[in-house]
Amino acid sequence: MTEDQKVVDPEKERRKIKCVKKMKDIMTTYYIEAKTTEQSGKKIAWITSGGPVEPLIAMDVIPVYPENHGAMIGASKMGVDLCEKAEEMGYASDLCSYARADIACATVNGGPIGGLPRPDMLVCCNNICGTVLKWYEVQARYFDVPLFILDTPISHTDFNDEARRYVRRQFDEYIDFLEEHCGRKLDHDRLAEIGRLSIAGQKLWQAVLDTTRHKPAPMSAFDAFFHLALIVTLRGTQTVVDYYTELLAEMENRIAQGISAVPDEKIRLLWDNLPVWFRTKWLSEKFASHGACLVADTYTSAWCSSLKYLDENDFLGSMAEGYSRIYLNIGVDAMAAEVLRMIDHYDADGLVMHSNRSCKPYSLGQYDIQKIVQAEKRIPALMIEADMTDARNFAESQIETRIDAYMEVLKAKL
Amino acid sequence: MDSLNRFKAVAADPAGYAQQWKKEKGGKVVGTFCSYAPEEVILASGALGYRIFGTDLNISRADAHMQAYSCSLVRGALEEVLAGQLDFLDGVVFPHTCDSIQRLSDIWRMNIKNGFHLDLVGPVKLNTDSAREYMTAVMDKFRQELETSLGHKISAADIESAVAVGNRIRNSMQRVYAARMEKPGILKGADLHAMVKAAMVMDRTEFAVLAEDVARHLEEMQIEDAFTGKRLVLSGGLCNMPDVYGTLEDSGGAIVADDLCTGHRFFEGNIEQEADMMAAIANRYVNRNVCPAKHAGIKNRGENLVRTAKACEADRVIFIYLKFCDPHGFDYPYLKQMLADENIPCLLYEMEERDTAEGQFRTRCEAFLEMI
Repeated sequence: MTEDQKVVDPEKERRKIKCVKKMKDIMTTYYIEAKTTEQSGKKIAWITSGGPVEPLIAMDVIPVYPENHGAMIGASKMGVDLCEKAEEMGYASDLCSYARADIACATVNGGPIGGLPRPDMLVCCNNICGTVLKWYEVQARYFDVPLFILDTPISHTDFNDEARRYVRRQFDEYIDFLEEHCGRKLDHDRLAEIGRLSIAGQKLWQAVLDTTRHKPAPMSAFDAFFHLALIVTLRGTQTVVDYYTELLAEMENRIAQGISAVPDEKIRLLWDNLPVWFRTKWLSEKFASHGACLVADTYTSAWCSSLKYLDENDFLGSMAEGYSRIYLNIGVDAMAAEVLRMIDHYDADGLVMHSNRSCKPYSLGQYDIQKIVQAEKRIPALMIEADMTDARNFAESQIETRIDAYMEVLKAKL
Repeated sequence: MDSLNRFKAVAADPAGYAQQWKKEKGGKVVGTFCSYAPEEVILASGALGYRIFGTDLNISRADAHMQAYSCSLVRGALEEVLAGQLDFLDGVVFPHTCDSIQRLSDIWRMNIKNGFHLDLVGPVKLNTDSAREYMTAVMDKFRQELETSLGHKISAADIESAVAVGNRIRNSMQRVYAARMEKPGILKGADLHAMVKAAMVMDRTEFAVLAEDVARHLEEMQIEDAFTGKRLVLSGGLCNMPDVYGTLEDSGGAIVADDLCTGHRFFEGNIEQEADMMAAIANRYVNRNVCPAKHAGIKNRGENLVRTAKACEADRVIFIYLKFCDPHGFDYPYLKQMLADENIPCLLYEMEERDTAEGQFRTRCEAFLEMI
């Protein structure tokens, strides 16, 4: 059957999110710009996904995200090859697959976009894990470029004044670092404006995610995994604000038109942890075949998880708290409380937890969260053992059986 | 040597020792998780600092809380406490290091209700002024929290005398290490391990006296034949497997130095007398060799390891890692490369706490040490 003869399913077409193309274009433009800095003369900083990007944008430095790259490597199913290459370099197979893939990719310029552009500097914020510290040390040695570490102490139970002072001081050090390596002063008014755009972007992203409170949900977590890329990579720009404004309008329009992510939505689920990038389509179809929609997830909402601490009239002053108190850099009990809140907020019938071998701060503690959810909400949780990028840690038939069994349990409760 | 025998007895049953201590002294016992737990502050409070290792038990209870891809130290410690083996603890202190310990602290706090629970979230980077300042603030906060938890004040004099005991212990341990480096084989690795373990659980004042005795004894000891085997450096985190040392020695090696949390990192560097003693305590942690979960420069650990290996004229370096230990796993390739640049061969052995050194490890050690 040739392309021309392909039967277009109008129902399927109607369900497709139209903004997707625009999003792909934005990301393509972004990567082209990042890979052609010899023309623009702009500097490149590699930065962790939870790191403070706004000062980079204020200094005209192009932020590049190895974690986003890791996700692309996973989604393009190139994770196993690169992880194996890292293992040949001496990295244990138990280490984070994003880190393994990225470390290996840097040496061969492989992966879906032929490697990331070479960094001029590295910015590592450990609010997401301790792994990024080690990963960025590796890259700082490999590329022989300066490394700035923004150390954000975890709030096991509280964010105390000692930590607040320490992180606040580091923001000044961060600005000093950028000024030194960019050879010019930071424009504080510009940073304030970028801060406002960052907060606006986060609020819009939260509004997009919140459209799934509608029954049926106009989008699913699988869509959120895709549209997330902008709030991660271009936070603080007008592009993000414009794009999410458009995406929000499309979602509201879908609600008005009665277009749902999953046909005949019967079961609403909350997803926990990173996506399984190399199996998102399979998982999406698997859940949809049961009339189940992943209406929300703890991962994509993490990029607006500290909005309440950010002050648009004092962005720089509030960044210390805003960047320290994100989801993940808090205690397991606080994470459980957030899961409970999300179950109510999105009226979820079930919880699917991805026990992710690559992410210990996200995964260790899930068994306790599972028990808390069971006790408080009388909702069973499904645990899927997998990995975000390394497909060797995915037992498809076993996972399929578990999903089918879990769906039967939930259907029996309806 | 009576002192050494005493250490071996304590190391063989640390929980039994701590319970006996508690009965005799009527004091409090505070569990600790790594060498970033400030010994001196705990000692100044009058409590017994008790380092928690993994377990000899089969892991079953901990499986309900932690995935199998977490290291045997965190799973083992959780197993011990869930099994009631640590009921004698009056509280615990969790210094922040790696992601696994971070989550163990949460899980412990949420599930273990007897005793107090203190998190000591120090800086991860140690090479900046703000980090030093924060480390001091964290130590000070810990002192106050410990006072509240134990219900009594810790005076400046308490801190000073605790620092004196700590320095005395570290001096003796450094003398023991120096004697071992000079006269390889005079102290079996397993015996030194017992001594280190005792230092982490015993009444520190008692330990300080006995450790001086061991140090003196080793310094005075004459060796008949010069050591002709391979001089080894051990590098890693926690090595609580006495038979590892025996295996290395049987294979023709002698350990002359280490970079272990249950080893030299615990004893390294003394605390200077300063006006602000909490800053003095913090400074020791900032200045000593770091755990790989901390940052003191991108090549800091490699440079230190090479310096150590050269200073003790090591022939080989053995990396002993716990399986699933991320911070060590990320450092291994570059440490190996830096050693290779100096023509120092190394061997990596990943193990779980309850593994024995028999079999594969023995075979690999024999081959590695015979290598020309």
